[in-house]
Amino acid sequence: MKKPFDLNAEYQPEHFKFSEKYQKLADKAIALYPKGKQQSAVMPLLDLAQRQVAEEGAKATPVYGGWIPRAAMDHIAEVLDMHKVKVYEVASFYSMYNTAPVGQYLVQFCTTTPCWLCGSSDIVNACKNHLGIDLGETTKDGKFTLMEVECLGACVNAPMIQINDDYYEDLTAASVVEVLEVLAQGLKPQIGSQTGRKSSMSSAGPTTLKEEAKKAKVV
Amino acid sequence: MLADKDRIFTNLYGFEGSDLKSAQKRGDWDKTASFIKKGREWIIEEVKTSGLRGRGGAGFPTGLKWSFMPKTLTERPHYLVINADESEPGTCKDRDILRNEPHKLIEGALIAGFAMGARAAFIYVRGEFYNEGSTLWQAIHEAYDAGLLGKNAAKSGWDFDIIVHRGAGAYICGEETALIESIEGKKGQPRNKPPFPAMAGLYSCPTTVNNVETIAVVPTILRRGGKWFAGLGLNEKNAGTKLFCISGHVNNPCNVEEVMGISLRDLIDKHCGGVRGGWDNLLAVIPGGSSTPMLSKAVCDNIHMDFDSLKEAGTGLGTAGVIVMDKSTDIIQAICRLSQFYMHESCGQCTPCREGTGWLWRIMKRMVQGNATVEEIDQLYEVTKEIEGHTICALGDAAAWPIQGLIKNFRPEMERRIMEYRKAA
Repeated sequence: MKKPFDLNAEYQPEHFKFSEKYQKLADKAIALYPKGKQQSAVMPLLDLAQRQVAEEGAKATPVYGGWIPRAAMDHIAEVLDMHKVKVYEVASFYSMYNTAPVGQYLVQFCTTTPCWLCGSSDIVNACKNHLGIDLGETTKDGKFTLMEVECLGACVNAPMIQINDDYYEDLTAASVVEVLEVLAQGLKPQIGSQTGRKSSMSSAGPTTLKEEAKKAKVV
Repeated sequence: MLADKDRIFTNLYGFEGSDLKSAQKRGDWDKTASFIKKGREWIIEEVKTSGLRGRGGAGFPTGLKWSFMPKTLTERPHYLVINADESEPGTCKDRDILRNEPHKLIEGALIAGFAMGARAAFIYVRGEFYNEGSTLWQAIHEAYDAGLLGKNAAKSGWDFDIIVHRGAGAYICGEETALIESIEGKKGQPRNKPPFPAMAGLYSCPTTVNNVETIAVVPTILRRGGKWFAGLGLNEKNAGTKLFCISGHVNNPCNVEEVMGISLRDLIDKHCGGVRGGWDNLLAVIPGGSSTPMLSKAVCDNIHMDFDSLKEAGTGLGTAGVIVMDKSTDIIQAICRLSQFYMHESCGQCTPCREGTGWLWRIMKRMVQGNATVEEIDQLYEVTKEIEGHTICALGDAAAWPIQGLIKNFRPEMERRIMEYRKAA
C-alpha cells in the first residue's frame, strides 16, 4: 500500500517545473482533450511529473525513483486552472502516483488470490531476504523499494511482479532474484515470462492456433 | 470445441505482429467502409442478431445498449468509451487484445462509434498496462497515418478520433461512471444512476461504455454475419465465442478463445492439462473473476461456462476469469485475500462499503486462524447482506459475494477451524 501523503514533509522540494522535453509532452497531452476540458489532462500530467523526477533520480547519488512532489501538483494545478486540492485528491486517490520518495526500482508484488495460489508469498520472501528489507522499505543505496499491490491483471502468468513499467511473469524464487540482480547491475532483464513462454498460451504449447505457432516457430 | 476457422482472435498469443500490415493479413480493416455505408440501423441490427452480450461482466445485450443512445445528433457530441481498465482478479484477456490484436479494437471502435453517432472514442487503459497502452497508441498512430482514423476514416465518410487515457491503479475505475469521472480528471468515484451515461455521461454528453472484448469482436461479426456468431455457443442467449482466462491450480494456466457455454471440465482438461493432481483433487472454482461466488467440486463436474448456466448455479460468468483451487488450498485464506482486495479498492464514497469491507476483512482474518465463534459466521454473513445492494455501485456486492459463496460451500470447514483453535487454546 502506498505511503500517506504528507504536504509538509522535509523531503518536499520548494519548486518544480517541467523540463523542456516534459513540457512538450504535457502540451501534447492537454491538446488531446476537448477545449475547456483541460482538467482531463491531470492524470497524464501527474504521470509526466513522476517520470521527470525518475529521470532526475537515475542520475543522482544516491539514486531515487519517480514520485510527485507537492510542488509538482501545485504547478499542474496552475497549468490546468484547477484548485490545488483537486490535484491532491487525484494524486492521493490513485495508487500508481507515488506521493513520497521511492527507490529507483519500485518492485510491486501482486499477491492477490490468483498469484497467491501460485506461490506469490515465496516470491515476496525471496526478494525480502535477498535485499534485506521489508515491504514498504527502500534499500540504503536507493535502488529498490518493495511494495505489495493488488491484482495486476496477468493471472495466467502467476506469480508475477511489476518493476517500474515492466511485468516479470511465471516467476520462481530463483528467477525473481535473478531479475533483481540484473537490475542492480544497471542492465535490463528480459521482460514478460521468465520461462520463455509466449504471452498467455499454455506452458505446454498452444492448444489452439497451432498452425500460427508453427509458422512463428513457437514450441 | 471451437474450430480454428471460427476463431476471432487469431493472434491472441502474439505469434504474429500487432502492426497494421500483419493485422490486415489476418483480415482486419477489410471493407470497413462498406459496413458504415450500410448505416447505423443495419449495424445495430446485425449486432442484435449475433446475440452479443457485453464481455465486461454484466452480460447486457450490446446491440440494445447501443440503441439507447439518442437517435438525433445535436450540438452535444456523443462519446464511445472503451473500458480497458482490466483489474478483476483472475482476468487478463483484454491485455492480450491490447498487445496482440489492437487493430481489432480500433476498427471495432470506429464501427461502434459510428453506430452510436460518436465522433470520438476514449480507451481507458489501466495504468499498470504501460507497455500494452504504448502498443495500442502505436497502432492508433499507424491507423491515422493510413487514413483509417481521422477525417473520413477508412473512406467511410465518418470523421473519427481515438484517444488513449491511462488509468493509475484504481480497480473502481472499471465501473463505468467512475471511469468517466476519471477521464474528466477527478477521483474515480461512481456516480448515482440515473442519469445513465447514454443520457449524460462523459462531459455530461451521451456516452456508451463497452468492454474491450465486446468492441473487438464487432468487425468480425459484421464480416461473417450476426448469424454466424449466433450459431456458435450454447444457445441464442449465450452465443458466440469468449475469451477465458484460467489461472490457479491447473497444470498449464492459459488464456483461450472458446465457445460460450463450453463445459468447465472440457475447458480445464483440454486447454490447461487438467487440474493439478487430477480432477478429483479439485476443491472449488471461482468461475468469473473474484467477485463471482465459488462453485464446489460437485457443481463443477457438470457446469457449462455461460451467462445463464452460471446464473442458475447462483454465481456468474463475469469476465470469465476462472480461478481453480485444488485440495491443498486454504480456502478461507483464499477468500480472505479477496476481502483485503475489496477493502483496498473501495473508493470510500458509500459508508456500507467503506466501513463494511474493512469489517469483512478483519473478521475473515480471524476466520483464517479460527479465532472466532460459530455465531460470528452468521454475523459475517449478516454484514455481507448489509453491504450488498446498499451502495451506489456494485463493488459492495462484489465484496459480499465471495464470502457468501464461502459460507454456502465451506461452512463446515470454517466451523472445524474454530473448534481446532479452541482446542489448541
